[in-house]
Amino acid sequence: MTEIERHSFDVVVIGAGGAGLRAAVEARAAGLRTAIICKSLFGKAHTVMAEGGIAAAMGNVNSKDNWQVHFRDTMRGGKFLNNFRMAELHAKEAPDRVWELETWGALFDRTKEGKISQRNFGGHEYPRLAHVGDRTGLELIRTMQQAIVSLQQKDAVEFGDAEARIKVFAETTITEIIKDGDRAAGAFGYIRETGNLILFEAPAIVIAAGGIGKSFKVTSNSWEGTGDGHALALKAGGKLVDMEFVQFHPTGMVWPPSVRGILVTESVRGDGGVLRNSEGRRFMFDYIPEVFKEKYAQSEEEGDRWYADPDNNRRPPELLPRDEVARAINSEVKAGRGSPHGGVFLDVSTRLAPDVIKKKLPSMWHQFKELADVDITTQAMEVGPTCHYVMGGILVDPDTGAASGVPGLFAAGESAGGMHGSNRLGGNSLSDLLVFGRRAGAGAVAYFQSLSGNTPKVSDASITKASDHALAPLRNPGGENPYTIQADLQQVTNDLVGIIRTKSELEESLSKLKGFRARLANITCPGGSAFNSGWHLALDLENMLLVSDCIAHAALIREESRGGHTREDFPKMSAEWRKFNLVSHFTNGEVAVEKLALPEMRDELLNLFDIEELGKYMTPEELTRHSKGANA
Amino acid sequence: MTRTAKFRVWRGDASDGALKDYNIEVNEGEVVLDVIHRLQATQTPDLAVRWNCKAGKCGSCSAEINGRPRLMCMTRMNTFTDEETITVTPLRAFPVIRDLVTNVSFNYKKALEIPAFAGPAHLKPGEYRMEQIDVERSQEFRKCIECFLCQDTCHVIRDHEENKEAFAGPRFFIRLAELDMHPLDTLDRKRAAQEDHGLGMCNITKCCTEVCPEHIKITDNAIIPMKERVVDVKYDPVRWLGSKIRRREGL
Ligand SMILES: Cc1cc2nc3c(=O)[nH]c(=O)nc-3n(C[C@H](O)[C@H](O)[C@H](O)COP(=O)(O)OP(=O)(O)OC[C@H]3O[C@@H](n4cnc5c(N)ncnc54)[C@H](O)[C@@H]3O)c2cc1C
Ligand code: SF4
Ligand code: SF4
Ligand code: FES
Repeated sequence: MTEIERHSFDVVVIGAGGAGLRAAVEARAAGLRTAIICKSLFGKAHTVMAEGGIAAAMGNVNSKDNWQVHFRDTMRGGKFLNNFRMAELHAKEAPDRVWELETWGALFDRTKEGKISQRNFGGHEYPRLAHVGDRTGLELIRTMQQAIVSLQQKDAVEFGDAEARIKVFAETTITEIIKDGDRAAGAFGYIRETGNLILFEAPAIVIAAGGIGKSFKVTSNSWEGTGDGHALALKAGGKLVDMEFVQFHPTGMVWPPSVRGILVTESVRGDGGVLRNSEGRRFMFDYIPEVFKEKYAQSEEEGDRWYADPDNNRRPPELLPRDEVARAINSEVKAGRGSPHGGVFLDVSTRLAPDVIKKKLPSMWHQFKELADVDITTQAMEVGPTCHYVMGGILVDPDTGAASGVPGLFAAGESAGGMHGSNRLGGNSLSDLLVFGRRAGAGAVAYFQSLSGNTPKVSDASITKASDHALAPLRNPGGENPYTIQADLQQVTNDLVGIIRTKSELEESLSKLKGFRARLANITCPGGSAFNSGWHLALDLENMLLVSDCIAHAALIREESRGGHTREDFPKMSAEWRKFNLVSHFTNGEVAVEKLALPEMRDELLNLFDIEELGKYMTPEELTRHSKGANA
Repeated sequence: MTRTAKFRVWRGDASDGALKDYNIEVNEGEVVLDVIHRLQATQTPDLAVRWNCKAGKCGSCSAEINGRPRLMCMTRMNTFTDEETITVTPLRAFPVIRDLVTNVSFNYKKALEIPAFAGPAHLKPGEYRMEQIDVERSQEFRKCIECFLCQDTCHVIRDHEENKEAFAGPRFFIRLAELDMHPLDTLDRKRAAQEDHGLGMCNITKCCTEVCPEHIKITDNAIIPMKERVVDVKYDPVRWLGSKIRRREGL
């Protein structure tokens, strides 16, 4: 057997984005020995790219805001498919998580009173997103990184070793969760720099490995977004919920081709940017769906007034939830009213002065100037939908983050599912990371303590199996190039499992995806094992395929359109379908998907909504529980 | 719009390496990182390179392009002539791991040496009040994406391994300045910058500012003010004490 580096920890956190770092802080605060593992350098996780802000009902800009309003907005955004308990905990705890960042050194933009400023975003009733220009994710990740460093500094004083209780393993990729019977026992992987294999023995493992965007051709995600966390949990016997719901952000760059998909933050619209088609029409007014009619401006004049006087006017439809805007852009382009490079126009120069744009949207200005030769202070941007976020993820207990089906496994952040239902509101991810990162960390601590020494063991046989698996692409001569397979896979998901789906295309995608299994078994990666990008991709591909398979399966079964899942052949939302989540698991080498009843909202939460509104989503029987319902 | 470009990429590891020549397709609108990716996908799949965001936000893709420290994802191909050979080499100030990937652990070690933000003990979370104008100075430095290009270019450590022990480098001078200018930080950063982190070794050449992709005015806004005030602090202890007391009262 190849030499394998071995480590032993109380808690292992896979992922150094906002969720992983917050979980690690919690585990370390309880005095447990904690490892943080990430594929890139420390501080580079996907979270760093978040732009617009972090949603928390602090009420600093509009004092009418509170957790109930935030809860309602989140449920509406998710079309009431959200796990209500997660949405509730999230809305209640987000402000504390943001304030805590300040005590760790974060510097958010301020209001006149010196409080944290908050901005408007799609689907949020009041200005709610704490932000730092348009680089909020950078602030979050740096603050968390510095919070970890400060704990290490304390340990250096107390133990003479900064890494005594919290150690970061950067550029290390986990390829397998190892179990002892039912229970999680460790995590196995490789070190990118050397190609050496590494084993972490730990009874409690938190998966916070981010999203899946790289399974699609046009995406805002980096190379890291290969669905590793989803796949690790699935292969370990965990379950994935809501995988059919994939968020296509309405505004990605469309030109030049090499930057296609890179995000144009929603703040551009929140701060006054308007969408127009090639005829100059503000087409979003034509796409306000029935369920949102009362909440959005019906004329351009009213929409324009809203920026100055939000209390007496309704917001412009550019700020509808993302799924609505993405579909509208898609339709405009299909109808031949697109921009020269296949998008639509997004223009902020007509409302804001150049210096204001540069101040509020500095990185957008920079991004367009440097990458597309477009000056957004005077010119419109060309934008189109890009795969951005996966609502689906590991099925967890809302309060503790415990993954269903695998004792000792926990999940948080984009890897976990349920919180956002069928569609996530902008800004609700960064807050989700912190709220549920902390909870998963605490869940791992409680689990560890409950073991009282009865710790699972990693068997030699499981190590051999894991290492053979990881090394296979390096040992196989004469096979296929992983980059070609990746491009082909992305094309299939793009063409057949994208924004608009149909039965026949989904069936076709499933049979095509099957064909990739044989190709994956026959990958060849020339070169050694040290920092071999081709080898890394070969291992990531397996996860991308598994995730794509779950998405296509679930998308085929759900015969309705809701949030991030649109079926051309079932264009309506169905109250019957709302009663179920679709749950994927992986048995005997095959993905299987089954229905699971959606947990029912507690009465006091149900009563936060008007019964008329609920009537648009729920069956008549469900409404009887409302205080104004038939049984009241 | 497709053309063939001449690339010269450093290939090798800690023990040995050399520049290798490639002819490679380039399309309209592309950046150097796109071309490196195409090399990976079509000619040399094991080429080692770091990247994440492809939009100048994460600071992963740092390298030297024609000898100049740059982000590969923000270097447009149309800034070079068609005939030009584009040479891409790893950051010189750090030990090579493989190809374009270097060992940047020096920077993480330095980060650990700077005491964390120390907020006022009497304020609870949610009670912090700061004016926008007061946070903006520090915010400029918090734009840093940790690409370490400034560290790479700084002559104090670029070819002087022996200076690394005592010198934190421009990235960490702005970290110290950021904390120093943070309206609610309670530690003395200026003295530390000078005595513990080697600020005195900087002779204000401004090379760091020139390469910063975030356009942070490292020298003018961080290093020079810190140096000036270090002088104040060093020679006028009474004034230093006064400033700290006033600041506490102002909370
Ligand atoms: C361009 C962009 C802008 C966004 N803007 C916003 C915004 O304004 N507001 C908002 O709320 N949300 C925003 N989002 C969404 C949000 O940023 C992400 O959902 C969130 O950052 C995910 O955080 P995370 O902690 O779950 O994982 P990530 O930050 O994705 O981190 C995942 C971590 O897991 C590690 N990892 C993955 N696989 C493995 C493995 N196999 N082994 C070891 N480590 C592994 C990675 O290296 C990384 O450290 C944006 C997303 C993008 C792409
Ligand atoms: S100004 Fe100082 S820190 Fe910056 S490059 Fe020159 S010597 Fe180095
Ligand atoms: S200061 Fe500028 S050059 Fe230096 S690490 Fe930060 S972003 Fe890079
Ligand atoms: S890839 Fe992120 S800065 Fe270049």
